Amino acid sequence: MYELTNVTKKYDQGKRSVTALNNVTLSIPDGQMVAIQGPTGGGKSTLLQMLGALDRPTGGTVQLGSSDLSKLGQGPLGEIRAREIGFVFQGFNLIPTLTAQENVETALAPSGVSSADRTSRAAAALESVGLGERGSHLPAELSGGQQQRVAIARALVKEPAVLLADEPTGNLDEQTRDEIMDLLEGLWRDRGLTLIVVTHDSAVARRAQRRLLIKQGVVRDVA
Amino acid sequence: MLVTYLRRELAGRRKQTAIVAIGMALAIALVIVVNAVSSGVQLAQSTVLASVYGVGTDITVSQTPAPTEGEEGGGRQDFDFGADDGATTDGTTTVSQARLSVERGTTSFDSAALDAVSGIDNVSAAAATLSLSNTTFDGALPERSTTDTGTAPTDDGTAGGGTPPSGGPDGAGGSSFSVDSFTILGLDPADDAVGPLSAVSLTDGRSLESTDVGTDVAVLDASYATTAEVVVGDTVAIAGTDFTVVGLVTASSADAATASNVYIPLDVAQTLAGLDGQVTDIYVQAASSTDIVQIQADVESALPDATVETQADLASSVSGSLSSASDLVKNLGLWLSLIVLAAAFLIAILFTISGVTRRTREFGTLKAIGWSNGRIVRQVAGESLIQGLIGGVVGIAVGLVGILVINLVAPTLTAGAAATEASALGGPGGGFGQAAVEATTSDIVLQVPVTLSVILIAVGLAVLGGLLAGAIGGWRASRLSPSEALGSIA
Repeated sequence: MYELTNVTKKYDQGKRSVTALNNVTLSIPDGQMVAIQGPTGGGKSTLLQMLGALDRPTGGTVQLGSSDLSKLGQGPLGEIRAREIGFVFQGFNLIPTLTAQENVETALAPSGVSSADRTSRAAAALESVGLGERGSHLPAELSGGQQQRVAIARALVKEPAVLLADEPTGNLDEQTRDEIMDLLEGLWRDRGLTLIVVTHDSAVARRAQRRLLIKQGVVRDVA
Repeated sequence: MLVTYLRRELAGRRKQTAIVAIGMALAIALVIVVNAVSSGVQLAQSTVLASVYGVGTDITVSQTPAPTEGEEGGGRQDFDFGADDGATTDGTTTVSQARLSVERGTTSFDSAALDAVSGIDNVSAAAATLSLSNTTFDGALPERSTTDTGTAPTDDGTAGGGTPPSGGPDGAGGSSFSVDSFTILGLDPADDAVGPLSAVSLTDGRSLESTDVGTDVAVLDASYATTAEVVVGDTVAIAGTDFTVVGLVTASSADAATASNVYIPLDVAQTLAGLDGQVTDIYVQAASSTDIVQIQADVESALPDATVETQADLASSVSGSLSSASDLVKNLGLWLSLIVLAAAFLIAILFTISGVTRRTREFGTLKAIGWSNGRIVRQVAGESLIQGLIGGVVGIAVGLVGILVINLVAPTLTAGAAATEASALGGPGGGFGQAAVEATTSDIVLQVPVTLSVILIAVGLAVLGGLLAGAIGGWRASRLSPSEALGSIA
């Protein structure tokens, strides 16, 4: 469960200070599917960085379970990301020189999983996203939708509590978009994940249990 | 995962891997070749020096003659004949005279200096020699009476009558003269641990032995013996005394000549030259190479008039193309190696940094999924290290091929100590002018050795280059903030 209390994030841009998050207080229960929408520059990405333990707020606290992410150093934050948080990016962010199987295995490397276990778990994760036969393919040999499925497998192979997806269908056509969202929704239901999706696409947002709108650093629920 | 990732990255980014590896390979090959050629040149110098000064000689002690003309050891050598000298047969008078003197450019000094040197701390061995030159003048000229038989022209201008010139070697009043010279080294037959004879190989007969003290026996340089058509058992005349040839020696290296043409017992040489208790050179062996400077200083203090030279000074005396090669290796080769090595390291570093910059999103993604900074640094450093090692292996192969080519070409270098330098060093020279140079000039075939140390240096440089590039690239990657690295999020 996320508990954000009075979270503020400011960036210095030359002599100017930009407030990306302005006194955000937010609670996201475990197992909820949340869509975050808002205009460009409104603070969506910054909010996702706070939720993903990629950055710390200038003020306030970000609580994930029993961990206060706003007070942890880079090492412990990395451990939390390795253990509890899965990421899916708009650009897929697969390593181009590694095969689909190996890309999925990279998520297990920090956890100290044995090589054999890593191989079998990665294969199972690929199977679960419908790419069981494509493990030996390089990203360049896969379509956009298949690459995103590999990225989803990489995010889920470590069985995280939270899955953060940043515009996961932004680079896909409508049909593939729907396939990917079906997959994410199915995995969310089956695994009891907390799924947080940042999107511009209202069709995607409408699938979520809860929709948040962030504008000028201020977050509010959309009815 | 690390190995898989390394393998995939290096295979997937072949162009970068090839450029870094080629740069490293060229640098390492150059270092290997320069290092090996340097060893080869040093080996050649040692061969030349050993043939002249003996194996294990660390220091030589000699004395530079005063420049006054006419004194012993310098100036012109005269052969004076009286009216009654020579033997006349069939109208031809033959004259012959041999002179035995200290070699030009050297001077003798009291052999008590040997005791002084031997008593210096850390001197493990010392031996004295007397360097002499035997010069023989042979002449054949017409009997004087046969050349004075003409008469003055007559008053009417006609030429005087009388018999035409006769006698002399050509029977027509002509003359012929020849001057023969060879070098002699008097040395203690009982002491061959240090000095010129310590570097030679016996090819026939025996060497000088302690029982040869006071006897007229000689050991000849094999090349000189061939020229003089002398074999073991024959005799050679030195200053009118016949010496029995008991052995022939040659330099340990087939390319170099030995220090002298003839070797005889020191006491005999001193008596024959009228230089009792005199020597021209002292050869000193230090207990340890670290003692050489101290011994040199002590000898200079004990013998203020002496010229004291170390092996380093001796090496600088080697002239000819060998010396040029040595200078080339020391100067151009060394700097070229360093510049190419620095360039290769710089290329490796720049490519690694460029690679890290290009892979910013990749490293950001890995950080986002929980990879630690240490793991990413290891990844980048590992890639650079492997690239360096590939360059190292290729560089060693190219370097070895380079060495092989040099050894197959086998360039011949001329090495020698110029007469003036040789005399200043106390080294033996020849009898007359140019002969002095020729006596210590050798043609050395440059052989470049491959040593384990050269290979280890190459591997070390490859590892160093790889680690350096990897450390800098890894440090840069570790400084990336995951949120900033992920362009799609930030």
